[in-house]
Amino acid sequence: MLNLTYVDWLIMLLYFVFVLGIGFALKRYMKTSKDFFQAGRALPAWICGLAFISANLGAQEVIGMGASGAKYGLETAQFYGIGAIPAMVFVGIFMMPFYYGSKARSVPEFLRMRFDEKTRALNACSFAVMTVFSSGISMYAMARLIQALHVFDGLFAALGWNPDGIFTFSIVLSAVIVLAYIFLGGLTSAIYNEVLQFFLIIAGFLPLVLLGLRNIGGWSGLKASVPMQYMHEWKGVAHASTNPMGIEIIGIGMGLGFVLGSGYWCTDFLVIQTAMASKNMASARKVPLIAAVPKIFFPFLVILPGLLAIGLPTPHTHTVERNVNGMIVRDTTVVPQNVEQGRGLVPAKINPVTGKAMLDTNGDPLLDYDLATPNMLLHFFPTGILGLGLTALLASFMSGMAGNVTAFNTVFTYDLYQSYIHKGGSDRHYMAVGRWATVGGILLSIATAYAAINFNNIMDTLQLVFSFVNAPLFATFLLGMFWKRATGHAAFAGLITGTLTAVLHHGLTLPLLAHPGIHGGWIAVVHHYHSDMAQNFWTAIWAFGANFVVTVIVSLLTKARPESELVGLVHSLTPKPPKAHDVWWKSPEALGIAVLLMAVALNIFFY
Amino acid sequence: MSLDLRVPMGLMFTLVGAILSVFGIATRGSVIYEASLGINANFWWGLVLLAFGLTMFILGRRSQARLAKLRPEPVDETRSRLGH
Repeated sequence: MLNLTYVDWLIMLLYFVFVLGIGFALKRYMKTSKDFFQAGRALPAWICGLAFISANLGAQEVIGMGASGAKYGLETAQFYGIGAIPAMVFVGIFMMPFYYGSKARSVPEFLRMRFDEKTRALNACSFAVMTVFSSGISMYAMARLIQALHVFDGLFAALGWNPDGIFTFSIVLSAVIVLAYIFLGGLTSAIYNEVLQFFLIIAGFLPLVLLGLRNIGGWSGLKASVPMQYMHEWKGVAHASTNPMGIEIIGIGMGLGFVLGSGYWCTDFLVIQTAMASKNMASARKVPLIAAVPKIFFPFLVILPGLLAIGLPTPHTHTVERNVNGMIVRDTTVVPQNVEQGRGLVPAKINPVTGKAMLDTNGDPLLDYDLATPNMLLHFFPTGILGLGLTALLASFMSGMAGNVTAFNTVFTYDLYQSYIHKGGSDRHYMAVGRWATVGGILLSIATAYAAINFNNIMDTLQLVFSFVNAPLFATFLLGMFWKRATGHAAFAGLITGTLTAVLHHGLTLPLLAHPGIHGGWIAVVHHYHSDMAQNFWTAIWAFGANFVVTVIVSLLTKARPESELVGLVHSLTPKPPKAHDVWWKSPEALGIAVLLMAVALNIFFY
Repeated sequence: MSLDLRVPMGLMFTLVGAILSVFGIATRGSVIYEASLGINANFWWGLVLLAFGLTMFILGRRSQARLAKLRPEPVDETRSRLGH
């Protein structure tokens, strides 16, 4: 049972006060829509860089990576070494000149400049839906976690409120805070709070990892307590059946590295918006590279807690006999059944209807991996620092939501409202629309949060959504930026085909040990993958491939745009950016190479 | 943007660090530290955060002071160009 004292509440309250305070302090700088939606394009590179990774440091990162660490072991670090770092270097060096240089205010707007109106409309609509969905998942996950950890139970009991209201209370609380600071300070507020949350996560999770490692006996102790294959990132990836994630090297390299990783880090406006808010081209190009440096070290912070949770001994109900002044005293520690059936600190999943542990097709209990990291917090942190850890967790959920909400209000206002609903309004009008779009976006997220989610791993759910929408997208940007022949009709046809292919592939395949339905195979099962992760990666590969092929074919059949219209949008037609006056080792290229070398070193360490 | 993020951020971490370390001193030797393997996690981590918060706060205040000094002289750019 969670025992929070006044110190924990004080720290949590302090965080909320500062978050809202930053919003109020920024309100007077919000004069034009550019200030509100693009942070005035005036922020320093390091702030945007930390916000760049922090925008992604929401639920799927902190809880999801811990869950994957517990489920798949160190192979999860592939999401960093392969799935993020190369894409971040690529977007900084090669793609940012077009995003920033084109003066587009959003990623869909870039698509209109490079291709045409319908491609932009398609992307803007799917993106708007996706951000609301992601923000809703974040909200739902947070409310569920608060319930599971009994964070507010004491508070509710003290106030005499009905504990059934905790779920709604959590959702309303987070929604009101996020809404307030974005409504007041726009993107600047979101970026500032993302940086604040970045440091808060480190402050909350670094002591957790240190304590966990100390308890298990250091790195060698961890090695001794988990299966051998959990400690390797690369060993066994030659074949799907010999590594915990159940995926082979082509799936990882192509699916995660080339398609999903790039699709996310290079095209998702959620992260790109922070780079586009920086003060000049050189800064904008450095933003993803600065972000990549802490990203390299994040596996230690977010994956290790999950792995440690699996490695620690499983608690059992036990009785200790003590002799107190000649009296035999029996202390019985009762451990709930679902905890005893779990592994380490990861409990078994409970069916909410029957109250019994849920089983897979082999009859083994399903583990609730999402609780791996939170249970570590409860296990190691005494009151005081526990408040800090829980605040870090709450902050990560809220900033994940905030990034989605600012991306949503920008795309809605510029790409949907200004383009199709009300053209030629005043700047003040669009800023007001942006503020009300923030309210609308949050209300839609709340609606999403109330829709139930059936997966046992948030990461898998989000990867699935991303693979339908984002995976085909990267092919469009790659061809658009580096092949001047690509046309608007082709990009549109390619995107549609790509997404349809993804849906079709998901409907025709199924991971082993899963029932047909939301996990796939809802049309017919023609192929079994070793894991849902493998299925997701291959869905992405098929979507990307279909988009690429269709875009190339349709481009060759349709009329190309005159080259004069594509200057600044396509690589071969854009003059090289003038060299900055910095010394060579401060250039984005040098920084990019340094980041890649560090990433290689990390991969060798985790081999 | 004339609000340097390091000022409010430094202030927040300074306060959190101070609260944790004071609470840590007040509860030293308490049974609550059985969870953190006998280490007074509040005191030690509070000190770390306090140091981090103060550093951020001082850096932010300094750069804001520097910016405030620069503002009356917008010709600063041309001067550095003349220097070449």
